[in-house]
Amino acid sequence: MIGDAFGAAAVLAFVAQTVRISVPYAFGAMGCAFSERGGVINIAAEGIFLHAALAYTLTAYFTGNAWLGVAAAAAAGLATGALHALVTVTFRADQITSGLGINLLAVGLTRFVLKAVFHSSSNSERVAGLPTWNVPGLSALPGVGPLLGTPLVLVALGLVFFSWWLLFRTPFGLRLRSVGEHPEAAATLGLSVNRLRYAGVLLSGVLAGLGGAWLASDQRSFTDGMSAGRGYIALAAMIVGKWNPVGAALACLLFGAAEALQIRLQGAGIPNEFLQMLPYLVTMLVLAGAIGRARPPASVGRPYDPESHG
Amino acid sequence: MTPAIELQDIVKSFGRLVANDRVSLAVRPGSIHALVGENGAGKTTLMKVLFGLYQPDAGTLRVQGETVRFRSPLDALRRGLGMVHQHFMLVPPLTVAENITLGREPRAGVSYDRRRAESDVAELSRRYGLAVDPRARVESLSVGQQQRVEILKILYRGARVLILDEPTAVLTPQEVDELFAVLRSLRDAGDTVVLITHKLREVIELSDRVTVMRGGRVVGERDTKDVTIEELAEMMVGRPVLLTLEKGPSRPGDPVLETEGLVVRDDRGLDAVRGVRLVVRAGEIVGVAGVEGNGQAELIEALAGLRHASGGTIRLAGRDVTRATPLARLRHGLAHVPADRLARGILADFDLADNLILGMQRDAPYRRGPWLDRAAVRAHAAGTLAEYDVRPPLPQVPVRTLSGGNQQKLVVGRELSRRGRLLIAAHPTRGVDLGAIEFIHRRLVAERDRGAGVLLVSSELSELLALSDRLIVIYEGALVHETVPEATDERTLGLYMSGHRRPGNAA
Amino acid sequence: MSEPAAPATATASAARSWLRPLLPPAIAVVFSLVAGAGFIFAVGQNPLTVYGAMVAGVFGSAYGWGQVLFKATPLVFTGLAVALGFRAGLFNIGAEGQAYLASFVMGAAGAALAPTLPGPLVLVAAALAGIAAGAAYAAVPGLLKARFGSHEVINTIMLNFIAFALVNYLGHGTFVHETVHTAELPRTALLPRLDLVWPALRGSPVNASLGLAGLACVGVGLLLWRTPFGYELRAVGLSPGAAEYGGARVPAVWVKTMALSGALAALVGVNFVLGYKGYFESGFTAGVGFLGIAVALLGRTHPVGIVLAALFFGALSQGGLVINSLVPKELVDILQAIVILMAIVSHEVVERRLRRRA
Repeated sequence: MIGDAFGAAAVLAFVAQTVRISVPYAFGAMGCAFSERGGVINIAAEGIFLHAALAYTLTAYFTGNAWLGVAAAAAAGLATGALHALVTVTFRADQITSGLGINLLAVGLTRFVLKAVFHSSSNSERVAGLPTWNVPGLSALPGVGPLLGTPLVLVALGLVFFSWWLLFRTPFGLRLRSVGEHPEAAATLGLSVNRLRYAGVLLSGVLAGLGGAWLASDQRSFTDGMSAGRGYIALAAMIVGKWNPVGAALACLLFGAAEALQIRLQGAGIPNEFLQMLPYLVTMLVLAGAIGRARPPASVGRPYDPESHG
Repeated sequence: MTPAIELQDIVKSFGRLVANDRVSLAVRPGSIHALVGENGAGKTTLMKVLFGLYQPDAGTLRVQGETVRFRSPLDALRRGLGMVHQHFMLVPPLTVAENITLGREPRAGVSYDRRRAESDVAELSRRYGLAVDPRARVESLSVGQQQRVEILKILYRGARVLILDEPTAVLTPQEVDELFAVLRSLRDAGDTVVLITHKLREVIELSDRVTVMRGGRVVGERDTKDVTIEELAEMMVGRPVLLTLEKGPSRPGDPVLETEGLVVRDDRGLDAVRGVRLVVRAGEIVGVAGVEGNGQAELIEALAGLRHASGGTIRLAGRDVTRATPLARLRHGLAHVPADRLARGILADFDLADNLILGMQRDAPYRRGPWLDRAAVRAHAAGTLAEYDVRPPLPQVPVRTLSGGNQQKLVVGRELSRRGRLLIAAHPTRGVDLGAIEFIHRRLVAERDRGAGVLLVSSELSELLALSDRLIVIYEGALVHETVPEATDERTLGLYMSGHRRPGNAA
Repeated sequence: MSEPAAPATATASAARSWLRPLLPPAIAVVFSLVAGAGFIFAVGQNPLTVYGAMVAGVFGSAYGWGQVLFKATPLVFTGLAVALGFRAGLFNIGAEGQAYLASFVMGAAGAALAPTLPGPLVLVAAALAGIAAGAAYAAVPGLLKARFGSHEVINTIMLNFIAFALVNYLGHGTFVHETVHTAELPRTALLPRLDLVWPALRGSPVNASLGLAGLACVGVGLLLWRTPFGYELRAVGLSPGAAEYGGARVPAVWVKTMALSGALAALVGVNFVLGYKGYFESGFTAGVGFLGIAVALLGRTHPVGIVLAALFFGALSQGGLVINSLVPKELVDILQAIVILMAIVSHEVVERRLRRRA
């Protein structure tokens, strides 16, 4: 069995599977990175995945149009992000609890809607998935070709570079990072801490929403609990990637590879469960500084209170 | 001549506290104007009103004769007023150029034009003689360099009026000289500088004109050349400043504290205390004078067990405590009035009674078996609150509702109630009103007379001269001078504190 | 989380000091019920009918009361666990995993000992084994924080997933063949059900662990406010610098607090495994850890508040089952989430209002 795993075709299939698994993680991790770079902890990626996946499914179901579904998913992500921002930035309430609350809300809300609309407690009807594009050159590649033709995969790839550029090469990114490290300093220069934090959180909502769109379009339906902890793995990838979009994307590939490996090696000796634990263990090791220091933005988690500094 | 800035009849209150009581101030353009006063006199509040961080309850602001209303620091900046805060407003992981251009970033299309930012900053730095490396990360800079970045930041935004809040508090003497040179050249170029300080020597040396505040009001304004330090001090305090304290002679006994070759590193990993030998005996008060940032904080933390000593030994009442925990030292007779009351000395949400046993919660009489003896805690609280005149003397209220002065009295009361062998008192009267200062001073002397050894660290030379039996000066982590109050004065101490004299017998 | 100020003046302020801690939770509950009404309308039902049916179904019978108590019991345990952590400045999101792992250990240990030991001994031994497991598992993030400074939020989230995977793995060897649960324990090894004493509760699995929950509340209260360790624990939560200055060993406090927290979370297993089913089943106790966070917040990290909050969530949960024919029972999950969000928001708003007036 392991011998089969190393043939050329198998390797390409493995790479393709890794990328497929990593896509939602990448959307989630990059999204959360933007939020945290602005100073707002966002552990609600899990909930946003669910909301967005449901939004995609409902829209694709009623309109038959997968692209509208993607737009709806992004909108659902934006709305959920807005809720998180409202609670944590406007009301300055605890960011972690807000994220947990949103995750719990998503579980209940999606089940509620699932029952109300599809009269099932486990899954929706089948809906349209995104069409595959025929990208000249790329689509012809063996094994990975069809994958690279999937729109959201291309978007994810592009987003990695776009996110990096936005965060490190634009004034907006500079301001966002300053707000995440030292909001008082930014405020004395006339920057609006709240507005920048909102931007970071909303951006994280949209990006995670695209992740939810991918989940639903890949599966062509919505099932209860379909996010299955991926939002937390995305969070872990963000940390392992040191809050850098490129690092986070690489971490996502690492975790995706571990998962693909686990699927491939089922029954081949190493217990499934240990491979399942891998992303979580790696994250804990990184946090403990075993694999380089992971330092979040300095003001992350602390609500910004303009009155307290005056 | 139209004043560069003018404040007229400014009133600003916080609840019942009137921080600024109809204050008026006019600053001539192209001058260095000092604003002096003790802690709590209202000078920082006034400047925050000027700078747009606070809105005044009443009064007018004028810039170049024009009435203005600043709703935020950005408004003030736009009108050419820039403030260099005491606690720097810099983003540590970003570079110097990024910090300076933040919010007014030069762009190349949609991107941030890093190269132009760096060259603009280099040009600015050259023009004003403020040497900085635009590409360096702020977190790697020294305090003096960071201050230069702060100044450049407001100059970059076109500030013509610079307000500096206690700028020399954390500088070494050389850095102070460099700063003064920069401020003078800014003035000569036509800019205006407002200096908030309580260091009278600097006022005399640097400023053209000085305004003195006390208790929220302006009590005097003079041209600097027409006034002496003594006159300024008197205006600041309201009466002749010689603090004479009824103090009998000390009768030193056995050492309660001995350090040998003590080396302590600061948070950046540099040696802050370099091989110090310090002795404090029972029945004496040893004062340590020095500019803040010369190792006093690290020394005290090492003595209290709150910071690891990387070399040397500490003996407390005969026992080697170099590796001992804070609790062990407390149990062996250490009492400690910490420098940072809010971070170390009190638990803001605990009530007064619970705060009064901080450090004693594991020991009799407050502990009986596995339980806290609430009755004993209450009795202790009632007694201590009364004895140290803490107001209001309500054991059940959270300590954060007390004023700073009363909190400090509580801390002093707690530490003195330990009846320890060694009392470390770090800035014990900081933020405390005058009446309470005298009270605390008398208790410190009483502690000495009881037979404790007192190590007094303070930045107020008058306090040190009045209380100490022996005086030591610390400079760059070493003890450079030892003397007695009768044999010295503020001027001589100041020279040692700024490193102008070479160490004689560093005891 | 912060004790209310007791100013020296009139009874009006004294009344306000009572009101202050109760106001945010009350606002949160009312708001969520109103929001829930919106969802009820959306599926074409009348909120008054639905809420009315809920109240009648839950509180109208002894069985209903029993169910509320049964569901509230584990929430008291996890609520106390999370609250204890909060008091020390620690965010224990891992109560879910700690409870799960501990429950599994109780089931497995019980099954292993049942053939050889008399019933009551099995009960005690299994309970202790589970408590030890919960404490040890929770100590891990505490140790990581103490030694490496790594934040417990992410670590406990990770450890939850690791716990699920670990139990799955260990289950291969321990579960009864072709099932996902451990071997059933004899009746003598289980806690007595309360319907032995109150026959009207017949059918409700509420059991003697309810008494244990009460004891736990009293114990936590005594620990926090009447012992030197509790003093240091609260001090560390308010200001580690001041606590260190006052002689506390801050890292040690973290580890001990996390261990205690895990031990409390483990008691969930006593209710489910040793009081209800007699075995551990995969998927058990789902959500009890996260709801414990809600309970701790709504109950303002105070044992009394936690009991009230646990009863409230227990009643909601039972109410959901009752109205399932009218409205999907997931409405309750939505309400619970909204309560969490509103609890933290109203806490901030109330605090700010009162601070401004001071």
